[in-house]
Amino acid sequence: MDLFIAIFTGTIIAATPLIFAALGELVVEKSGVLNLGLEGMMLMGAAFAFWAVIAGLPMPVAIAAGALAGAATSLLFGVLALTFLTNQYAAGLALAIFGSGVSAFLGRGFGSAPIDALKRVHIPFLSDIPVIGPMFFRFDPMVYLAIAMFGLIAWFLYRTKGGLILRTIGESPETSHAIGYPVIRIRYLAVLFGGLMAGLAGAYLSVAYTPLWVENMTAGKGWISLALVVFATWRPLRVLIGAWLFGGMTILQLQGQALGIAVPSELLSALPYLATIIVLVIISQNRQLLTLHFPASLAKPFRAAS
Amino acid sequence: MPLRIEQRQEPSAQMRIAAPVIATVLTFLAGSVLFAALGYDPLATLYAFFVAPINSINGLSEWLLKASPLILIACGLAVGFRANIWNIGAEGQLIIGAVAACGVGLFYPDPESPLLIPLMFLAGAGAGMAWAAIPAFLRARMNTNEILVTLMLTYIATLLLSFLVHGPWRDPAGFNYPQTALLPAAAMFEPFDYAYRLNPSIFITVVAVVMMWLFTDRSFLGYKMSVSGAAPLAARYAGFRESSAVWTGLLAGGAAAGIAGMAEVAGPLGQLSPQISPGYGFAAIIVAFIGRLNAFGIVLGGLLMSLLFLGGETVQMTLGLPAALTRIFQGILLFFLLAADFFIYYRLRLPEHA
Repeated sequence: MDLFIAIFTGTIIAATPLIFAALGELVVEKSGVLNLGLEGMMLMGAAFAFWAVIAGLPMPVAIAAGALAGAATSLLFGVLALTFLTNQYAAGLALAIFGSGVSAFLGRGFGSAPIDALKRVHIPFLSDIPVIGPMFFRFDPMVYLAIAMFGLIAWFLYRTKGGLILRTIGESPETSHAIGYPVIRIRYLAVLFGGLMAGLAGAYLSVAYTPLWVENMTAGKGWISLALVVFATWRPLRVLIGAWLFGGMTILQLQGQALGIAVPSELLSALPYLATIIVLVIISQNRQLLTLHFPASLAKPFRAAS
Repeated sequence: MPLRIEQRQEPSAQMRIAAPVIATVLTFLAGSVLFAALGYDPLATLYAFFVAPINSINGLSEWLLKASPLILIACGLAVGFRANIWNIGAEGQLIIGAVAACGVGLFYPDPESPLLIPLMFLAGAGAGMAWAAIPAFLRARMNTNEILVTLMLTYIATLLLSFLVHGPWRDPAGFNYPQTALLPAAAMFEPFDYAYRLNPSIFITVVAVVMMWLFTDRSFLGYKMSVSGAAPLAARYAGFRESSAVWTGLLAGGAAAGIAGMAEVAGPLGQLSPQISPGYGFAAIIVAFIGRLNAFGIVLGGLLMSLLFLGGETVQMTLGLPAALTRIFQGILLFFLLAADFFIYYRLRLPEHA
C-alpha cells in the first residue's frame, strides 16, 4: 500500500511541470501559433525562480519571478513570429537555444547547493485521513494550482466568448480579422500566456521538484510537453491524462532504479523518450482524430492586409 | 504609427544577401552591449572573442577543424529543410555515427588494417542514416511528426552513449573515467602537421558542399524537393511524392551527421566519452538557416558559427566568462537573422501626409 501511495503521489508531482507547460502551449496552438521554444522558456523560469530563492525572496515571489521570466522570453518569440512573420519553427528553435544559453549563463553563480523546497501544505483534517490524505491532500500548492489552471483553461476555451474568439483565430485568422478581431494582439496574449505557464513549469522544477540548480535541468521536458499537446489532440482533459501517464512513467523508472532491477539505468531513463515516440506513432495513425481539433492555421504566419 | 510596413512587389535580392550581414553586425553590437553590461571593455572582449582565436596558424587550424562538421551537417540538413522536412536530431545522429565508427575502430580484428578508416566511414554514415531512417519511416508511413521523434531519439542516443562508456566499452586502463580506450593509429586521420590538429577529414566536407550544390542546383530530385517545400499542393498536383522527399531529406541529414561523428572520433577525439559534441548537431541547424539553405552560404555560416564556438572557449580561458555565452550568441544571431529576413519581403515607408 505504501509503495502504491508513493507511486501515485510521485506521478502527480512528476506530471505537474508537464501540465503547466503543455496547457500553456495548448492555448498558444489554439490561437494558431506554434512555439517550439518551451525548453528555453522553462529553463529561464527555472533559473529566475531559483535565483529569487537564493536572493532570499519569499517563495511565492520566486515562483512569480519564474513565470514572468518565461513570459518575457516568449515575447522574443512573439516579436519574431507575429511582428516579423518569421518561420515559427525556426523562431521557436532559436528561443530553445537562447533560453538554454542564458539560463546556463545566469546559473553559473548558483553553485550546486540545495535550497529549501516549496513546502507541502497540511490541510487540517483532510491531510490526516488515512490513505486518502497522503494521496490527495499533502501536496505543495503548485500541484493544486496546475489542476486549477486546467479547469480555468478548459472553461475559458469552451465556455467563454474569449475562448471562442481565440479558437476562431486559430482556425481562420483572415475571417476573424474581417469580423474585426485584433488577431495579432490576441496571438501576442496567447504567446505571453504560454510563456507564463512554461515559466511556472520551470519554476516548479527548480524550487519544488528537484530543489537545486543543474544546467539544462529540464532534460527534454519541454519537448515532451510539445508531444503531449499532439497526444492530447488539442483537448485540455487529454493533456491532463497524458501528463499523468508520463509522470507515472518517470516514477516507475525511478522506482525501478530504487528497487535495483537488473537493467542499466540508462535504459530506464530512455523509457519516457521511447514512450513519447510510441504514443506519437499511435496517435498519428488516426488522421481523423488528429485533424478534428487541430487548429487549421497552426504555424502559418498572418499579416493583416491594410 | 511613424512608419508604415509595405509588402514589396518582389522579394528583394539585395536584402537576401544583406540580411545575414546585417544580422552578424547586429550580433556584434548586441555582444558589445552584453560585455559592457558585464563590466568588460567591449572592444577588447570582442577582439578576444572573434579575432584572437584565429590569430595564429594553430587558431586557423582549430577554426577549420570546428567549421568542418558544422558545414557538413548543415549541408545534409538543408536538403531536408528545403522540402520542409525538419530533422532537429542531427545531434543524435552524430552521436550514433561516432559510436558505430568507434566500435569498428576498437573491435576490428586487425588494428593495423588500412581498411579501418573506410570501414569506419561506412559505419558512421550507415549508423547516422539508420538513426534518421526511424523518423523517416514513421513520418512517411505513419504521419508522425519528425521534429519530436528526431529530438526524442537524440536523448536516447545520448543515453546509449553514456551506457556504453560507463559500461561495456569503458577502458579498463582509463582510471575509472567514463571513456573508451584510444583508437589505434590506423583508425585515425593523420593530421597534416603534428603541430596542429587539422586533418584530411575536411576534404569530406568539401565533397559534401559540392554534392549539396549539385543536388540543389543541378538535379531534378533537388528541384522537386524545393518545389514540394515551397508549394506542397502544386507538388502534389505535379505528381511528386511527399514520401520520397521525407526519405531523401532525413537520410541526407542522418548520413552527414553520422559522417561528422565518425570524423570527430577518428580526428580530434580518438575515443568516446560522454561529451563528444559541443552541440554541433544543434548549431548546424542555425548554420543551415544563416546559409540560406544554399551550399555556398552554408560554408560562410559554418565559418561564422565555428568562430562563435572558438571565441566562447577563448573568453572562458582568458577572461573567465562562461561557455554558455556561445549558445547566447548563437541564439541572438538566429534571432537577428530571422528578423532581418522580414525586409526581403517588406519595406518600411514614411507615411504620406494627406
